Amino acid sequence: MNVGSWMLWGFVATVVLTVALVASQELRLTRVNIPYLLGSIFTPERSRAKALGTLLHLVNGWLFSLLYVAAFQAWGKAGILRGMVVGLVHATFVLLAGLPALPGIHPRMAHDSWGPTARKQLEPPGALGMHYGAFTPVTVLVAHLLFGAILGAFYRVR
Amino acid sequence: MAWIPPAIGDLALVGDCRSAALIDRGGDVVWLCWPRFDSEALFAALVDDERRGHFRLRPQGEWRVERRYLPDTNVLQTRFLREGAEVVLTDVMTVAGESDQRRMPIPEHELLRRVECASGEAAIELSLVLAPSFGLRPVRVHSHPRLGLCCEASEGAFLFRGEAPLSEVPGSPGAFGARFTLRAGEVRRFSLGYSAEAPAVLSPLGGAADDAIRRTVGWWRAWAGRCVYRGPYRDAVIRSALALKLLCYAPSGAIVAAASCSLPERVGGEMNWDYRYCWLRDAAFTCRVLYGLGYQEEAESFIHWLLHITSLSQPRLRVLFDPFGQPSPEERELEGAQGYRGSRPVRLGNGAARQLQMDLHGELVDAVYAHCRRGGELDRDTESLLATIGDFVMRCWELPDQGIWELRGPPRPYTHSRVLCWTALDRLIELQRLHHFRRVKLDVGALARARAAIRESVETQGYDARSGSYVDVLGGSEPDAALLLLPWYAFEPAGSPRVRGTFRRMVEQLSAPGGVFFRNAGLRALGDGGFVACGFWAAELLADGGGPLPLARAWFERLLRCCNDVGLMSEELDPVYGEAIGNFPQAYSHVGLISTALALEARARQERDRPAPATVAEEAAP
Repeated sequence: MNVGSWMLWGFVATVVLTVALVASQELRLTRVNIPYLLGSIFTPERSRAKALGTLLHLVNGWLFSLLYVAAFQAWGKAGILRGMVVGLVHATFVLLAGLPALPGIHPRMAHDSWGPTARKQLEPPGALGMHYGAFTPVTVLVAHLLFGAILGAFYRVR
Repeated sequence: MAWIPPAIGDLALVGDCRSAALIDRGGDVVWLCWPRFDSEALFAALVDDERRGHFRLRPQGEWRVERRYLPDTNVLQTRFLREGAEVVLTDVMTVAGESDQRRMPIPEHELLRRVECASGEAAIELSLVLAPSFGLRPVRVHSHPRLGLCCEASEGAFLFRGEAPLSEVPGSPGAFGARFTLRAGEVRRFSLGYSAEAPAVLSPLGGAADDAIRRTVGWWRAWAGRCVYRGPYRDAVIRSALALKLLCYAPSGAIVAAASCSLPERVGGEMNWDYRYCWLRDAAFTCRVLYGLGYQEEAESFIHWLLHITSLSQPRLRVLFDPFGQPSPEERELEGAQGYRGSRPVRLGNGAARQLQMDLHGELVDAVYAHCRRGGELDRDTESLLATIGDFVMRCWELPDQGIWELRGPPRPYTHSRVLCWTALDRLIELQRLHHFRRVKLDVGALARARAAIRESVETQGYDARSGSYVDVLGGSEPDAALLLLPWYAFEPAGSPRVRGTFRRMVEQLSAPGGVFFRNAGLRALGDGGFVACGFWAAELLADGGGPLPLARAWFERLLRCCNDVGLMSEELDPVYGEAIGNFPQAYSHVGLISTALALEARARQERDRPAPATVAEEAAP
């Protein structure tokens, strides 16, 4: 494994993914704010949650890029298309398994079946994250395809 | 039945120091902009009809209505009464202190409504019409059995949850209704929230909603408790201070002129302006009253905001800004809107933003002066800014402008504008004398010469010897109610013969019902109402030495009747019926009330310490 290449392009891809998600929020394609979503697991305070969540998201992205790198290593080469295929799998996992599982994991997230309670008041994502806006699945998918494409394009298999 | 917007005087305001909602006596939220005061409205039935959005919650049928704010709060309570039955509706925009924000997720914005049957039985009617962006765009609402309604719009999501099932009104996207019966002791709660981002915070309703109301009551009471005014008009002063706080945009410290837009200065007329912006003109008055009431933090926050926005456009000052200090949007008309009781057009944005108004410099420098007198200090940038403003005023004070009343005709040499140019130079000289300029050197000699030239110009051309009063424009002959402010800016003592003459002429020629004044003869002829703030300027002039204290008090107490049942005031009073007209509630009117109450208190203190000789203005009294 090319550690230097992974660290560099894993970080770049994560930054681009974050920027893509923020841009899609600014463009009102989705309301989802991943840093707040992650950070609010640890603190209810909005500004602190966002700061903490941004850090978590960067670390998460870096770690997830290891899976992409592992796939490239297994294939023996990288490439934009291969990166996008892994990105597609990643986004599908996030939308079909990750987000729906959140209400069970997140200590402050309400559940679709019971609604909000005094302790769990955050809006759950719903199927494919659609509670956060009709275009949420599309933006998540595009962001991950971008993530994979960057890694695939620039990671050098060793 | 055809929709008729409520009387302006029947409105009450709830807010969260970022946005506000107007609610009528019938429990109908007829105006709401989220996320900011100047955002596109979700509810705008006030300036059109029900289809522009509203949220009605009230018992069906005929009820007697009593309203109040819970003491020292901005939590509105409306009681519906009839034989053997009482329904209490509590309306609040929830707020939370820092400790609560660390403890639990707090909604970005939430309007919480709690309806309780205190006795008897009542059939309750709920009508909700969600019309984001003034109802100009298609509405998409998703309903979820546990999470409630979610209306996705370009500005974010509006989320509704309630303790009664809602049904969609067929053929009306975004419209929902419910009817349910409440018996004694039963309660239903409804939460309407806004979130720009996800996950949003959803209200769990039930006891948690009651806790949110208690938390908000506590927050407002803690804020009101900081007020140091202990005079005889405490209730009115606290209510005005609370109204001002509601109009303050907390993230920047800016204060918007009013919560509404396009409420007419003449019902059925065209003088309908958008006041959801911050006028630089309000600076000096607002600063002095905030300091006077002991709200040091708010005053400093406001001053810093003023200096920040001013530095962006100096030396020429912009007339108004949005709550973040950006230029207000271009003025446009809301397409298809009928206007408040036929008052068209409904204007969004304010064209006065592009005017030249020479009085602004004096307002700003006077506000900074008040700040320094309370222990504030100037940094290098502020010193440079003030020096630049001084240079600009010295060069340009003779320019004709649009004046305090923002008249949209050709520019004229308004006397009031010249007096404020004098004020700017006078306060700069005083700041230099008090050693507040440490890094930037002012040319005091040049400032003093320009100040003297302005005074001479005002005293010779702005004064009409025949009528014995100051006049609206240099070389003119008409009275102008803005000239009641001459003593306030210390241009001339309130008891001087010229000010007495000016005051007498105002009373004779510009008096309007209710102790207020028309702004000038031209506007009066156009059907403009009596301007509430001018009434307070008159009372303050009397309190400042222009008349005996009892007369000043009587005048002030008469003006207190301009307040509606919950203590709020509009911009103007109808010239015939004395009803509230214009945008609502108006910060300038409330600032006037507080300023006068403080002046009365100061005068009373002064007379306690040293009984005053009999003074001047009995003869001028109406």
